[in-house]
Amino acid sequence: MTLEEKVKTIICETLNRGAEEVTPAADFNNDLGADSLDLAELVMKIEDEFGSMIDGSIPEEDTANLKSLGAIVEYLKSKGVADEL
Amino acid sequence: MKRVVITGMGVVSPLGCDLNTFWNRLVEGTNGIGTITKFDATEYPVKIAAEVKEFDVNAFIDPKQQRRMDPYTHYAIAASRMAVQDSGINFSEENPWRCGCIVSSGVGGISTTEKEVLVLAERGARRVSPFCIPQIIVNIASGMVAIEHGLKGPNYAVVSACASGLHSIGDAMKAIKYGDADVMLAGGAEAAVSPISIAGFAAMHALSTTNDDPAHACRPFDKERNGFIMGEGAAVLVLEEYEHAVKRGAKIYAEVGGFGATCDAYHMTAPAEGGEGGAQAMIFSMESAGVNPDQIGYVNAHGTSTPMNDRIETAAIKKALGEDNARKVSVSSSKSMTGHMLGAAGAIESVVCALAVKNGVIPPTINYQNPDPDCDLDYTPNAARERKIDFCLNNSLGFGGHNACALFKRV
Repeated sequence: MTLEEKVKTIICETLNRGAEEVTPAADFNNDLGADSLDLAELVMKIEDEFGSMIDGSIPEEDTANLKSLGAIVEYLKSKGVADEL
Repeated sequence: MKRVVITGMGVVSPLGCDLNTFWNRLVEGTNGIGTITKFDATEYPVKIAAEVKEFDVNAFIDPKQQRRMDPYTHYAIAASRMAVQDSGINFSEENPWRCGCIVSSGVGGISTTEKEVLVLAERGARRVSPFCIPQIIVNIASGMVAIEHGLKGPNYAVVSACASGLHSIGDAMKAIKYGDADVMLAGGAEAAVSPISIAGFAAMHALSTTNDDPAHACRPFDKERNGFIMGEGAAVLVLEEYEHAVKRGAKIYAEVGGFGATCDAYHMTAPAEGGEGGAQAMIFSMESAGVNPDQIGYVNAHGTSTPMNDRIETAAIKKALGEDNARKVSVSSSKSMTGHMLGAAGAIESVVCALAVKNGVIPPTINYQNPDPDCDLDYTPNAARERKIDFCLNNSLGFGGHNACALFKRV
């Protein structure tokens, strides 16, 4: 499974959206109807999945930029997570 | 002062999840109590409860929203939707600022609290869900019901333990009576069949331990009663200003004619000997309705099946109505079948009262076998009875010494 596929699965589950809606550029707030609580939960699930690869938690100042599937994938890659899991 | 009537009702209960099923089973004397299935209670001192078993949450709330709410709020939303449907009211045609909601709970999202405390202990503060607080607060059901129906008028929850549901009816009735609202959704919801809740109530020795015979564990007013049985569910009633209801041609179940509330100011959990506080709530309720004790045909008792409640409530009924009237009135405990739905109890028992006066039928107290000299009223033992009732009382008494009594009137 690729990194993008894994992140996409987490997003679909957390936001209860279909795979076709969760495109790399789809904005969580504007396109996928997420509110601030959804985003807090999403970050938590990303940390649960990738925490061991990125030194645990995602700092508060970084979470504000994680607005789409593409943004999360880029962020994780920048922290050293590989494309292929 | 405005008159207040009930025009719709919805229930989620151990006796069924629609109004007709609930009423039919109640009148037939159906037991709703069984062995706990929501968690493994094998090692618990109490292994029985009245669980909601026929509830399809997917019929009421989409999966994403479900995850954001505790089951107590699921029950509240479902009961409110059925009540609104039953009343035929269309809130999009109403002034939203004149439509409110008071749906309460005794302990709110206690199973979520329990779950998240374990997350905190095992995985640390950063793993606690962002939905923890909005799921556990006792007022969230009222807030979510308002969103469901677009109600922008008075909205809050009342917390008075086992009297929460009835205080909600009382407050909602007053909001209409004093002209602050035209329509109020009022009721209670509870989902407390959870490990911490069963363990906690069991530690108080408040619960029945007749684990090997759940069908006969709850025996209000019987000499062999030995504690209450935890129930769960919700009931929501549509309360409406009388002229408003008539104008739209609504069916009317009953009028909420009076309400009284007092406190024992005596002990944190035990009722005061003699039942003075409960009696005074009944007296205030009758006075506020302008009704005399000899006009009361039915008392839906709090009737928990604890040794102390049933004895002291019997004394309270005698004190409030007078010895002679108390002997003529029909009394019954719905909890013999539904278990004790805590913060939803006063609400679902208001549903029972409304249907009892409308249908002229008094549901029974089941499992009544052994007379207790301290409980010597007519408890409608084991079989429903036809009786035309003009006025009835509904008692709810809560830990903390809270006493509430509502009076319902045939319309």
